[in-house]
Amino acid sequence: MVGKVMMRKAIFLSVGACLPLLAACNQHQSTLAPFGEEADKVLSITIVLVIGAIILAGGLALLMRHAMRAPEGRLTHKGGMKLVLWLGGIGPSILLLGLLLYALPAMRPREVANNDLRIGVEGEQFWWRVRYAPPGGSVVETANELRLPVGRTVELLLRSPDVIHSFWVPGLAGKMDMIPGRTNRLVVRATKAGTYRGVCAEFCGLGHALMAFDVIAMEPAAFERWLAEQRKPAIVTASPGARAFASYGCSGCHSVRGVGPVAKIGPDLTHFGSRPTLAAGVLPMTHANIAGFVREPGKTKPGVRMPAFPQMSAAEADQIASYLQGLK
Amino acid sequence: MTTESAQYVAPDQNDPAVRKGQEDRLREVWKAPTGWFFRWTDVNNNRIGVWYTLTAFGFMLFAGVLALIMRTQLAVPNNDLVTANTFNQLFTLHGSMMMFLFAVPMFEAVSIILLPQLLGARDLPFPRLSGFGYWSFLIGGVFVSGSIFFDAAPDGGWFMYPPLTTRTDLSGLGADIWMLGLSFIEVSSVAAAVELIVGVLKCRPPGMRLNLMPLYAWYILVVAVMILFAFPPLIAGDVLFEMERLLNWPFFNAEKGGDPLLWQHLFWIFGHPEVYIVFLPSIALFAMLIPTFAQRHLLGYPWIVLAAVGTAFLSFGLWVHHMFTTGLPKISLAFFAAASEAVAIPTGVQIFVFIATLWAGNVKKSTPLLYASGSLAVFVIGGLTGVMVAVAPFDWQAHDTYFVVAHLHYVLIGGTLLPLFAGLYYYWPLVTGKKLSDRLGRIAFWIMFVGMNLTFFPMHLSGLLGMPRRVFTYPEELGIGGLNLASTIGSYMFALGVVIVCIDLALSPRRPKAPRNPWNAGTLEWLAHPDDEDWGIRSVPLIESRYPIWDQKNFVQKVDEGRFFLPDAEEMRRESIVTSVLDARPVQVIRLGTPSVKPMMTAVALAGVFILTTYHLYIWSAVSGVATLACVLWWLWTGTAEIPEKPTKHIGHGIEVPLYTSGPSAPGWWAMFITMMADATAFSGLVFGYFFFWTIHNDFPPSGVGLNGPGVFWPMVALALTLAGWAATVGAREVHRRGNVGAGRALLVVGIVATLASLFAGLAGPWSSGLDPELHVYPAIVWTLAIWTAVHAAIGVIMQAYTLARSLAGKMTPVYDADLRNITVYHHFLALTGIVTFCTIGLFPGVA
Repeated sequence: MVGKVMMRKAIFLSVGACLPLLAACNQHQSTLAPFGEEADKVLSITIVLVIGAIILAGGLALLMRHAMRAPEGRLTHKGGMKLVLWLGGIGPSILLLGLLLYALPAMRPREVANNDLRIGVEGEQFWWRVRYAPPGGSVVETANELRLPVGRTVELLLRSPDVIHSFWVPGLAGKMDMIPGRTNRLVVRATKAGTYRGVCAEFCGLGHALMAFDVIAMEPAAFERWLAEQRKPAIVTASPGARAFASYGCSGCHSVRGVGPVAKIGPDLTHFGSRPTLAAGVLPMTHANIAGFVREPGKTKPGVRMPAFPQMSAAEADQIASYLQGLK
Repeated sequence: MTTESAQYVAPDQNDPAVRKGQEDRLREVWKAPTGWFFRWTDVNNNRIGVWYTLTAFGFMLFAGVLALIMRTQLAVPNNDLVTANTFNQLFTLHGSMMMFLFAVPMFEAVSIILLPQLLGARDLPFPRLSGFGYWSFLIGGVFVSGSIFFDAAPDGGWFMYPPLTTRTDLSGLGADIWMLGLSFIEVSSVAAAVELIVGVLKCRPPGMRLNLMPLYAWYILVVAVMILFAFPPLIAGDVLFEMERLLNWPFFNAEKGGDPLLWQHLFWIFGHPEVYIVFLPSIALFAMLIPTFAQRHLLGYPWIVLAAVGTAFLSFGLWVHHMFTTGLPKISLAFFAAASEAVAIPTGVQIFVFIATLWAGNVKKSTPLLYASGSLAVFVIGGLTGVMVAVAPFDWQAHDTYFVVAHLHYVLIGGTLLPLFAGLYYYWPLVTGKKLSDRLGRIAFWIMFVGMNLTFFPMHLSGLLGMPRRVFTYPEELGIGGLNLASTIGSYMFALGVVIVCIDLALSPRRPKAPRNPWNAGTLEWLAHPDDEDWGIRSVPLIESRYPIWDQKNFVQKVDEGRFFLPDAEEMRRESIVTSVLDARPVQVIRLGTPSVKPMMTAVALAGVFILTTYHLYIWSAVSGVATLACVLWWLWTGTAEIPEKPTKHIGHGIEVPLYTSGPSAPGWWAMFITMMADATAFSGLVFGYFFFWTIHNDFPPSGVGLNGPGVFWPMVALALTLAGWAATVGAREVHRRGNVGAGRALLVVGIVATLASLFAGLAGPWSSGLDPELHVYPAIVWTLAIWTAVHAAIGVIMQAYTLARSLAGKMTPVYDADLRNITVYHHFLALTGIVTFCTIGLFPGVA
């Protein structure tokens, strides 16, 4: 018994020492490194819960050790019944009631005003469609990247056209499911500018593990500038890449606003080159990665809807990559 | 009671020759069948229980290997040992097997072995049903788990959330294998639960009032009742699910008015009690072995019984905490968070009962106790993280991350697996007569304990650091490679511990015999005979204490010398005593089923229905269905409600009880009643579906071509006919009981006609209005309710016809009328089903 208690203590001590270290090694997708008020609130609850759990587990282990070693009859029947009543029944009831009251305020969602920014996010196998609807402005569609103005309340409208996904940006707020036929709301407020990452948290099929997105929290002015840029159509000059893009039928699924027809099947590519990653947060946005992905997307992302183009030559893939990278 | 007792002379138990004669007869009667095939037709609980346990243990090892492959894949970032497709099959099968093929069946298997011994019964009340349950479990389990060798295993997660799993373009055969294969196993689980409930309520030894029952029996009762109410909603969900997959009825398809959340509700109404279904049996094991190793009565018997019942109640009110992130109204989150936290209270009471007992007693260190205390420690950590995730805001972060993986494995390993090993080391001498090695056991424990913590403790952190569940790989930048490597190393360590336990088990046959009752326990099961006789118990004792071996004078000797009840098998029949539910007065000697191929054949035929449907071989599946029905009727006709050669029998000490009872004192009546409770629960799952859709739609029923409801006329005709069929059946029972056999038969004929007519009238409603179930969820759910009721009416007709045939064949008389009594219970429930269905589909649209 001694060994067990010692070991458990050792585990807890080392965990306590490690927490800050761990938080340091991943700053962009961690509940321990919040950049939003909601996640921050949950982190304080987490700390209270962890400390409480460690105290209770340790106390219980000591009590158990004591009980096993106590000589026969040390505890009378009456004493035993009191122990069960107070430590087993009444004690936990009081603790849990306190815990409930402590956590209750955090269950209340933040108020949203009419003139707050609304962003629609749709999870689709296995990428994210993002629509910005600023008060008084027209809707702007992008994909696989969510930009948020720091210090502003934003209401996210979460939907799915195919299967259940779950929108989770650990540093921003808790997760919220995206369920076909429903619109779920998540109200957030980013507090710290930076580049972060979100993922799909509900198993959604083959590519579930590779369904991520970038989250970029920006100062409000920078955000407004960026949004204005995104609203503009693509600036395209005739190039072999643009021709290959059209001849392989890419524009049947992908919109490049201002150039081809409006297509709603795959991600909007109007300002594709300005995004930090490719294939829904999976690959860094490099020329080689784009060229590889357009020919054989299934190699990177199992289950991806985009077809492979084995007949596409390496040169053509290169041209398309240059073209897409140019869509800033 | 007859006056035969006047001439009856009780055997002289002091005479060794008399005892020898009794023992020879008992041995002959309880002899196991032999031969390479016929040995498998055995139905004795000792054998079925052991087969069942070994099979469940085998499935556990298989599912464990699947987990090792997953851990190997996740050892380093961006690994490509297995593909995403294989990985999805691995985690789906791992979870599904551990839940459906290990945790629940293991409880039932162990209970099948132990319950008769705990109650001093010779066997369970329906041995052939045990056999049927085992063969169903084996076939269904092999079917589901074997699918992975054909790359066809289910891959939608053990929770199978639609629409990913219902859309046939997104999921293949695996989803059908999951639904149909596991539904089959769920049916056998419910069958076992029925048997265990009846066993606890009706097969206790004389004098064992409810408050003298061994705690394990209490927990069996509680858990079996939970199975009875938890599995049917899932079965209802399975029905809707397969209707959508096979027939395109859009229950979970949002485009046609369905809602994927309905599945989540039905699944978790099952899924949360399921956690307690697999955990409470472990508490039950502790409640048996802790008094033994503290060498004193358990302190706080009423407390722990109340806590168990309380846990069972609460566990049905928490399912929504699995759905905290689905966007439900915040007020319901607060309610369910409170309920989820509240369930920790009875759990705390149970744990403190053990601590207090150990504190008050004289603790004898032993391997089983080491496992028990180790598993309590692991479970407590899982329980504490459980309270954490019950706090909704924390759950929004932790949900569907590795934090929850850690939490649930602490709960299930601490609450199911390690206690199982505690039970293994404790009860092995009871089953095999040999002790396992204390040394190997301890070594295995420490390796498993350290391995388990090394595997799962780091997962709390990987989860908080942003690792979602069910990912086949993760990027290096997440910085969780080290934590995952630690988990992988830990998992291999854990596996090593399990291997050592298996080696210990394998060495067991070479070890010497252990003494009887090696731990000096006080409860009845330790009467088990050292020479491993199949008759269970030499004579059925009169119980006056919770720990009769400790408290009752010369108890073991008196049992062994046949000085209690039923020490003989004069008529060469397998017999056991049936007692009254509350105070355990003997009310009947029941003649038990003997080895037979019928349960096995029925299981094979029923498996055919499920398996052939998976492959869309509907005609063959229907043939299998007819074969199943034929097997069941054959089984019932030849093996149940047999009219005995004499009305009563002496069981000793001047007590004479009937050999046949019917109505509420008979086990068969209880079995029917309990089964119908489960059936009604499944039906209420479907009705819940109807009203769930009503609440989410403004226009329900909708209007349009093919959407017009069944109207009022036909449903009301069907209702009237259902009630007429019911009244005729009840009337038949009454006049028949009063001796008017002719009128009874005539009323049964009336009942058959009315019930059959109600079947067609019930379907005529949706048929005549042209409801198209593929168009929208409204027609689909109306058709489902109508078909459910029609199928039940068809079964009701078969029952009425069967009873009529029994009467005509002279197998049922006004005195021996169990068949008629039992089908009346069925018809009560059929009437209830009819009233609910026809009022819902016929009248509700008018008032809503």
